[in-house]
Amino acid sequence: MTTLSLENADRRKAWGFVAPALVWTVAFFVVPFLFMAAMSLWSRQGREIVRAWNLDNYLRFFGENALLKGLSNSLEITLTVTVLSVLLAYPLAWIIAERVPKRFQRTALILAILPFWTSYVVRSYSWLLVLTKNGVINQALLGIGIISEPLEIASTRTATVIGFVHFFVMLLTLTIYANLVQLSPNYRRAAADLGANGLQTFWHVILPLTLPGIMTGAFLTFVLCIGDYITPQILGGNNELVLPQIIMLQIGRRADLPMASALSIVLMLAVTLAYALCARWLKIDRV
Amino acid sequence: MSVGKEGNEMKTGKRPGACMRRFLQSATALAAIAFAAPTLAQDELNALVWCDHTDPTLIEPFEQANNVKVNLKDFEGTGAGLSIIEQSQPGDWDVMVIDGVDVQRALDMDLFAELPADALPTADIFPEVRLDKNNSRDGKIYAVTEKFGYNTIAYDKSKVDVNDMKNLSSLWSEKYKGRIAIYDYYLPLIGIAGLELGKKTAELTDADLPAIKDRLVALKQNSKQVSDVVSSQTALATGEVDILLGGGEWITGVLSADKPDLDWTIPDEGGLLWTQSIAVLKTSKKQELARKFVQYIVSPEGQARLATSSCYWAMPANSKAGDHLTDAQKAALRWSDQASYLPKTQLYPVPSAELDQKMQDVWTEMLQQ
Repeated sequence: MTTLSLENADRRKAWGFVAPALVWTVAFFVVPFLFMAAMSLWSRQGREIVRAWNLDNYLRFFGENALLKGLSNSLEITLTVTVLSVLLAYPLAWIIAERVPKRFQRTALILAILPFWTSYVVRSYSWLLVLTKNGVINQALLGIGIISEPLEIASTRTATVIGFVHFFVMLLTLTIYANLVQLSPNYRRAAADLGANGLQTFWHVILPLTLPGIMTGAFLTFVLCIGDYITPQILGGNNELVLPQIIMLQIGRRADLPMASALSIVLMLAVTLAYALCARWLKIDRV
Repeated sequence: MSVGKEGNEMKTGKRPGACMRRFLQSATALAAIAFAAPTLAQDELNALVWCDHTDPTLIEPFEQANNVKVNLKDFEGTGAGLSIIEQSQPGDWDVMVIDGVDVQRALDMDLFAELPADALPTADIFPEVRLDKNNSRDGKIYAVTEKFGYNTIAYDKSKVDVNDMKNLSSLWSEKYKGRIAIYDYYLPLIGIAGLELGKKTAELTDADLPAIKDRLVALKQNSKQVSDVVSSQTALATGEVDILLGGGEWITGVLSADKPDLDWTIPDEGGLLWTQSIAVLKTSKKQELARKFVQYIVSPEGQARLATSSCYWAMPANSKAGDHLTDAQKAALRWSDQASYLPKTQLYPVPSAELDQKMQDVWTEMLQQ
């Protein structure tokens, strides 16, 4: 009896701790999400929102090339950014975790994430100034004679990718670094004992063990990148639209909230799919 | 010393009442401040505005003169503004700034309160922008034009042939390929493409859209970017582009001191006239204060401040505002040229909801090309 009542008390205490987060999630995620899902089944007809459920918005999305292209642009840019960010962040995290002396690691990490401290919008506009025809990069390349005409970087997909990668390399460096420093040196010693060289140790031991950190960072990158409106808007020059920009177009003048909701649901499905694909490696507790 | 002593006593549990007493004293003091606050607080006015109204030099004189705090929420696009109102409680908002061509849309939703004719300086407002058809219904005034300007061609005169800028079609020529930014707002740009095709904005129909779309796609292929206000301004100021189609004094005016080579003109085919109106929300519980705010904004002093607001410059609707502007400000606004500009311009297209949807689709398809 005493054990049971203690268990009940523990359970009540546990629910007490979880309840605030649960209430928060239900109030600010589940309820708004359900409302948005319901709204995506309404439609804007003329100036009115018609609250009769139908699939018109989804049919329109899959029937219009310009809208579908928004999704494909979003996926292409997001995947490119995620892969590039991982490729750049891993060596950086490795250097900080393995090559930088312990007493300087904190400083190195702070330096790596320093750009996080500036506003996201300001950072995007700063990149715009760096990448323009008269920007630092073009002027430097022209100055040393590598190019004779300025490169067209600003207002292109390349500019969008550069802006994103700069931001997400910082994020990925943190998650991968956190994973790397947790690895016991015994793994490497054991691999060396068994005759593995450095490359083999990395490929067969270190990399698989750091996959949770990589995948967690990559998933966060995917989620944040595919839903971002600001960077493509500022750096991409509207020369192609990603899905969040198309969502904003629906709201801007016409206030077509049902269509905007449907597009947001499509965006969430893409994120859910990404989660399903990397769920097996997403062990956040190990990061 | 006493703090340490109290701390020790609390740690040892000798004087638990002291801790509770201090807590209660603090709580009582905080509660007194909290409950006293409303009686000391100024009156407040909530205004849904465009970014030009967020300049403190415009708002502070009204706040000080009326001992009121004006809470400003800026938005872009009528749809976004109307969504905010739809999602608010009646009475949350007192004043709204709205695109002149969208006043009737708001009136369809029964949003605005009538403004007494004798409360407005109608006689002082430039006749071309009074826009009775937009701002009134059934003989009653519901909104008043506060500012206007042009969506036309802004350019860097040190980099382009100024004579070319008198002809809209030159922007489609190879000579300016990759040197143009297009302002990212479909209504004026569809209107401008229509002007280039010789069509009046007020007469645009579904049947005109295929030809307009072709012209827009060709223009996009000739341009560097399609961008919002800040990005367009940045591109023009940094030399990333030499021309902004859809720009005007609202882009170059604020930069006139630093970038004297930035200029704008209305080409022979004409340009688009944009106007913004201000209105009092029907559900406002502070009708008198809200009306006072509107009166301040359309007064000569308020108009001069609004015209040269830090967000963007444009012509004030009140002709008496000129008395409060410097010669340099008037020159940047082209004050003395208005008489020749206004006849060359047309208002934005005012599409039905269905045509509006089709226009937006054309714009989206153009952007995705």
